[in-house]
Amino acid sequence: MEQLIEILNSVKPGVDFKKEQNLIEDHILDSLTIVMLVAQLNDEFDIEITPLDIVPENFKSAEAIYKMIERLEEE
Amino acid sequence: MKNVLELLEHSAAKNPQKTAFTCEEKALTYKELLSGAKSIGSALIESFGAQKLPVAVYLPRGVECLEAMFGVVYSGNFYTVVDYEMPPERIRAVFDTLKPAAVITDEEGIQKISSLKIETRLFETLVNTPINVALLRAVREKSIDTDPLYALFTSGSTGVPKGAVLNHKNVLSYSQWFVDTFDITEETVFGSQTPFYFSMSVSDVFGTLRAGATLHIISKKYFSFPMPLLQYLNERQVNTIYWVPSALCILANWKALDYLKPEHLKKVLFAGEVMPTKQLNYWIEKLPDVQFANLFGPTETTDICTYYVVDRKFLDTETLPIGKACNNCDVFIVNENGALAKDGEEGELYARGSFLAMGYYGNPQKTAEAFVQNPLNPNYPETVYKTGDLVKYNEKGELIYITRKDFQIKHMGYRIELGEVEAAANSMPRVTACCALFDAVLDKIVLVVTGKKLSDDEMFTYLKTLLPDYMMPGEIIKIATMPYNSNGKIDRKWLSANYKTLKK
Repeated sequence: MEQLIEILNSVKPGVDFKKEQNLIEDHILDSLTIVMLVAQLNDEFDIEITPLDIVPENFKSAEAIYKMIERLEEE
Repeated sequence: MKNVLELLEHSAAKNPQKTAFTCEEKALTYKELLSGAKSIGSALIESFGAQKLPVAVYLPRGVECLEAMFGVVYSGNFYTVVDYEMPPERIRAVFDTLKPAAVITDEEGIQKISSLKIETRLFETLVNTPINVALLRAVREKSIDTDPLYALFTSGSTGVPKGAVLNHKNVLSYSQWFVDTFDITEETVFGSQTPFYFSMSVSDVFGTLRAGATLHIISKKYFSFPMPLLQYLNERQVNTIYWVPSALCILANWKALDYLKPEHLKKVLFAGEVMPTKQLNYWIEKLPDVQFANLFGPTETTDICTYYVVDRKFLDTETLPIGKACNNCDVFIVNENGALAKDGEEGELYARGSFLAMGYYGNPQKTAEAFVQNPLNPNYPETVYKTGDLVKYNEKGELIYITRKDFQIKHMGYRIELGEVEAAANSMPRVTACCALFDAVLDKIVLVVTGKKLSDDEMFTYLKTLLPDYMMPGEIIKIATMPYNSNGKIDRKWLSANYKTLKK
């Protein structure tokens, strides 16, 4: 989780990702940040996020992103 | 026909209950749109009359924004749509030039621009004003087709925004070409990507009104999520899209069409920047029965002056033609000596005809620079527009876009088009987007790229197979994501100013 928060802060500084629960609705993560984030997550966690995973539910909070990573690591 | 509102009135009379425009929260039938616009128009005439004054529309991208735009037209004034996300200081720069009679906005908008000390009108109040039929009729009787319809601001190279003024005749002529050429009918369902302060929206908005079609405004957040975007297109049964290439590339780069196909899609049109062939080929491979067309033109020719319907295969390393002039619009190429270019010779593209804007609002100097007497016609006054684009004809007689005149650079004594460097880089596997810049101070071509697992060595080796030495970038900067401007196009200006800070 710490590693994820670090990555999130690197793509979008100045946000308290532990707290925010509406990253999409509150326009914190936009299309470009998501592209950038996905590229980094793929590299850092050695997973493959496919378009099917790129849905608002998986990106609404750090927790949701973390759950997705865990699921993809198992696959 | 002399007024674009006749397009709306005609479609509303024919099919009043049909949905004209939707956004996520709301839908408007033709009847509702007509009535809302008439109310707004009546309210505006009652407050400051029909004086061909600029009225700014400062609302989120939704159906209300369209109601307000047509409301301004009913009032006999003209509109400028202002980006709701734009910082107040930039709005001030636009308003300094425009000096709007009023700004139509909502409660939140009033807060956001309170520092500008400008007269605001609440959309909710305007749209609930009783329609004054007599006033509207009097305004229409006096209207002529060369009255201003809207002013559209583009960023000038000096940073001072320029507002191109377009009239009713421009949009009537232009939209006629658009619906004829792409067979836009009552069956057409647009999925709109471009904001209303961007000239591309003129095509789908007025195409919709003219044909009595339906347009769905796709909210920006969908462009973050490829699958929900495709699902949305399917839910709304979108069969025609007219997007910037960057938006099409998002779906191609995710390979999203491998997972879900937009099943109703019949036409994919694009404009605004160069469509990378590699990503276009992905779309064509996945949707072989769809018509694809490359449209080309500036705000000053309403939206488009030339177009090319894709009719053959292109290698990833080839670039798409921009084709031929639209019907009722003429283009010609003027070479360095001010004469008509010979076959295959490159030169600046000029446009003439009814699509041409009237000039720049409150800026006679910039107007005189770009809107000039036809250099090939010494006999009578005829204004033509210098696009600032370098083009040539290929051996098939199709126009080929080379680059912006401003982007053509001199490097090591050679004249170089940065567009060619970009086309080469874009053709490379795994490159998802790129932008070539020229640093005149360091006399160096800088290539900014995004894409997975790209090594400098590999890129230089690849580019060497396509580019002569003098066109090779002196530096390649890999970044995680390309910056885009508010229209969704690659933000060249920002990159030029900031590329040094991107180096890791």
